[in-house]
Amino acid sequence: MSSYAHPLRRWSLALAGLAVASTLAVAGCVMRTPPADLDLARSRSAEAGRYVVTVAPASDPIPLGSMHAWTVEIRTPDGQPVEAAKIVVDGGMPQHGHGLPSQPAVTRYLGDGLYALEGMKFTMPGWWVLEFDVEGKSGRDGVTFNLML
Amino acid sequence: MLGLTHGLAALLALAGLALALDGAVARSDRPISEEEWRLIRPLALDQLPAPPADPSNRVVEDPRAAVLGEALFFDARFSSSGTISCATCHVPEKGFQDGLRLGQGIGTTDRRTMPVAGIAHSPWLFWDGRKDSLWAQALGPLESAVEHGGDRTRYAHLVAAHYRESYETLFGALPALDHLPAAAGPVEEPAARAAWDSMTAKDRETVTHVFVNLGKAIAAYERRIGFGPSRFDRWVSAFSGDPAEAAGLLSADEFQGLKVFVGKGQCINCHNGPLFTDNHFHNTGVPPVAGMPADRGRAVGALHVREDPFNCLGPYSDAAPTDCAELRFMASTGEDMERAFKPPALRGGRRAAALHARRTVRHPARGPRPL
Repeated sequence: MSSYAHPLRRWSLALAGLAVASTLAVAGCVMRTPPADLDLARSRSAEAGRYVVTVAPASDPIPLGSMHAWTVEIRTPDGQPVEAAKIVVDGGMPQHGHGLPSQPAVTRYLGDGLYALEGMKFTMPGWWVLEFDVEGKSGRDGVTFNLML
Repeated sequence: MLGLTHGLAALLALAGLALALDGAVARSDRPISEEEWRLIRPLALDQLPAPPADPSNRVVEDPRAAVLGEALFFDARFSSSGTISCATCHVPEKGFQDGLRLGQGIGTTDRRTMPVAGIAHSPWLFWDGRKDSLWAQALGPLESAVEHGGDRTRYAHLVAAHYRESYETLFGALPALDHLPAAAGPVEEPAARAAWDSMTAKDRETVTHVFVNLGKAIAAYERRIGFGPSRFDRWVSAFSGDPAEAAGLLSADEFQGLKVFVGKGQCINCHNGPLFTDNHFHNTGVPPVAGMPADRGRAVGALHVREDPFNCLGPYSDAAPTDCAELRFMASTGEDMERAFKPPALRGGRRAAALHARRTVRHPARGPRPL
């Protein structure tokens, strides 16, 4: 796994504490509403700035309940494609404390910094996060994307 | 924590929604928010697409296979006692369920009978998803000691005696079976297992192919079992057009139940989509039942389906490996799997749904607390 803190686990603990102390109505409200300033960008600079990562679902809107593929594009900050990167994907729903329903994987390199990501699936509407751990020629870095389904 | 009054109100309301999914008539004309409507609209039956293709079963769309499968589904000869068919537990008049706490076949199962209607939409079968196709699922109970209690050569002999023509039309000539034991298979029953072990590997393979084809025919029938529109669907349809026309289709309690369902009850987290299930696995925090065997749910189901020779990637599947994305990219480890079970389709399941709501309605407010 990546060396950076796992956001899901952090959120889960905070939300579990909050939920225990809350009434059903308040918890329901909190659990339903994602942060107002949620950044939904599909292209982001990784945390240590080593790579720019761009993700794209094969079809938009993102389908609910069925397996589908995405592409992941890895470039250096100056725009050069990154080949032979080792990419691990994880994620889940921060407000529900669970991970992804499947175990997606990067299955092949498509050229020009693009990688095929297969086995993606989302099973409920709401706020999901996708976390990528990228190991390439510039070292290791991580990036998290927010999705609203 | 949830107050008693709120809890009772939520329960009554959810019970009301279960009624709306099942029958009867009443009225309501209360407003709903845009957010509620965004969550409610996808629940209507008109949003249900055709079931996904099943490339692992080449006869699944063949109507002749469905005819054979239907006959097999109701044929009690396919059991050790001659009294148990698929329809014994999956009773058509009861929404293809039996209404019992535990399934009753030759013996008593460890879990409730699952509904069959709409099941072709699910990538995983059984409560723990230990099968990844309808045909592979159908084979399980046939060999279970407490369900049909039968075995592979028994079933192959029955096909030869009663279904030869329809079988051969679909799957080609039946192999010679006369030299094989009357009862043999990789089952619990010692005599049948010993007889199976004494057969040649080639004969075991031949018989297993016949057995698999029975499952594929039953799957072709089960794939066609769906749901008709409920009063809830009629309400959604009316509300989509002129909300005034929807008044009278749901009672005040049912309407309130719907709001709890998509709102603070958070039922929709698992029961989403037109079948009211996400076909995934969840630990609801409901404790194990005292006296029942330990049941780790998906944590064990995922291991079983990966090892199952009848899975999508196995030698009896008609699929190419690239067709098996669900299995290839299956999440199989981690605490999410422990005591996690698949939400059944809620349509037509009034009693079970009300019971389940009573046990779980308070749980989400406390946050997930897997047991």
